[in-house]
Amino acid sequence: MIIAPFSMGDSPVHRLDPRVRVVASTAFAVAVALTRAPGPATLAIAAGCALLVIARLAPGPLLLRFARLNVFLALLAVLLAAAAPGDALWALGPVTFTETGARMALLIALKANAIVAALTALLATTDASELGHALWRLRVPPKLTYLFLFTVRYLDVLHREFGRLRAAIAARAFHVRCDRHTLRTLGYLVGMLLVRAFDRSERVHEAMLCRGFSGKFPVMAVYRLGGGDAVFGLVWSVIVVAILVWR
Amino acid sequence: MHIAEGILTPPVLVAGGLVAAAGVAVGLRRMDLEAVPRVAVLSSALFVASLIQAPVGPASVHLVLIGLAGVVLGWAAFPAFLVALLLQCIFFGFGGIAVLGVNTANMAIPAVVCHYVFRLTRPRRREAMGFVGGFIAGALGIVLGALLVSLTLMTTGRAFTAAATVIFSAHLPVAAIEGVVTGWAVALLCKVRPEVLSPVRPAERNPSVA
Repeated sequence: MIIAPFSMGDSPVHRLDPRVRVVASTAFAVAVALTRAPGPATLAIAAGCALLVIARLAPGPLLLRFARLNVFLALLAVLLAAAAPGDALWALGPVTFTETGARMALLIALKANAIVAALTALLATTDASELGHALWRLRVPPKLTYLFLFTVRYLDVLHREFGRLRAAIAARAFHVRCDRHTLRTLGYLVGMLLVRAFDRSERVHEAMLCRGFSGKFPVMAVYRLGGGDAVFGLVWSVIVVAILVWR
Repeated sequence: MHIAEGILTPPVLVAGGLVAAAGVAVGLRRMDLEAVPRVAVLSSALFVASLIQAPVGPASVHLVLIGLAGVVLGWAAFPAFLVALLLQCIFFGFGGIAVLGVNTANMAIPAVVCHYVFRLTRPRRREAMGFVGGFIAGALGIVLGALLVSLTLMTTGRAFTAAATVIFSAHLPVAAIEGVVTGWAVALLCKVRPEVLSPVRPAERNPSVA
């Protein structure tokens, strides 16, 4: 599977109701996106990190995820610090780094890391299909939910299809170079993947009709809110409201 | 091609969310239930294909395939990008929930534009025309996408002008590469399976099966 490195595991976070996690992470992301001061952003990142610790996620993929995010944020920070008006903090040749720019960059980094931490702890720890069912229960439009569930289902299938096409190309001694032949081969690779995907979608649809598909997906999952959900819900609401009020 | 969480101002986030919601509503209305498997499988294929690294001189870029998404999905690109971006932010930590609307709009609007532009070129029969139509859609998708991302960043403040300029100019070579790759992909589809290129609508199924 190319996705879901954190969905396995058993922790208080993994045991939360998926609906609670969807609502909690969305509310948190919105609240953090609205903050404009470093204080609430620090509270948010503390809350996000606390959840990551409670969820006991694999450290390797976790570090990789935050490293990627922060490399991007660092690039942005350099551009911002160089471009924002204000008192010069220090100069590097013709470029002056200002305090306003540095503050902006710091705030952005805090907010971005806080949201990604909470999303990782709350949502990446669910099984994707479980998440689809939770969306269904939360009354997201049915077609959108089906699209989500189908996409999750076929990502892995098509990733393997893609692997077979790549193997076929490699067996013919293809090497990526910077030339027309490479681009043409890559274009055909993408085109072939779409052809196979299209043919598969026809077969999927026919198979569904054979099994009596009537336009409705019976969702078997029944969720019940437990004591853990109540405790988490209460604590998390307090944090979200605090971030919102403090701003 | 997405903006990270924490950068944009609330009005921009709300505006992006509204535009995306409207687009998704149109996309869902135009995609009936029968078409859901097709849209899902094609958008998974595009998702997987965007893992491909294409060479640009000594470096490499990954494909984004906005134009191709518009060509094969039409308005369904809105719900498809929403789902793909949601999956990316959950499973890879790219983008985020609060910016989901802005990012969906920034990618799906160019895709829908490409859908209409591609229809104008009508490359039904000939492979060469397929390449030209695909090239235009592929390159236009990236240019428009980069433009929207840059403009969105600039709404945050003057300080972002530098970052926006860098992002936009960095995408110009990507647009050329993506145009060529999309061109060949569409040329292949014209030859092998032209029905993939017809926009998503109630598919004409064999009535005896239905």
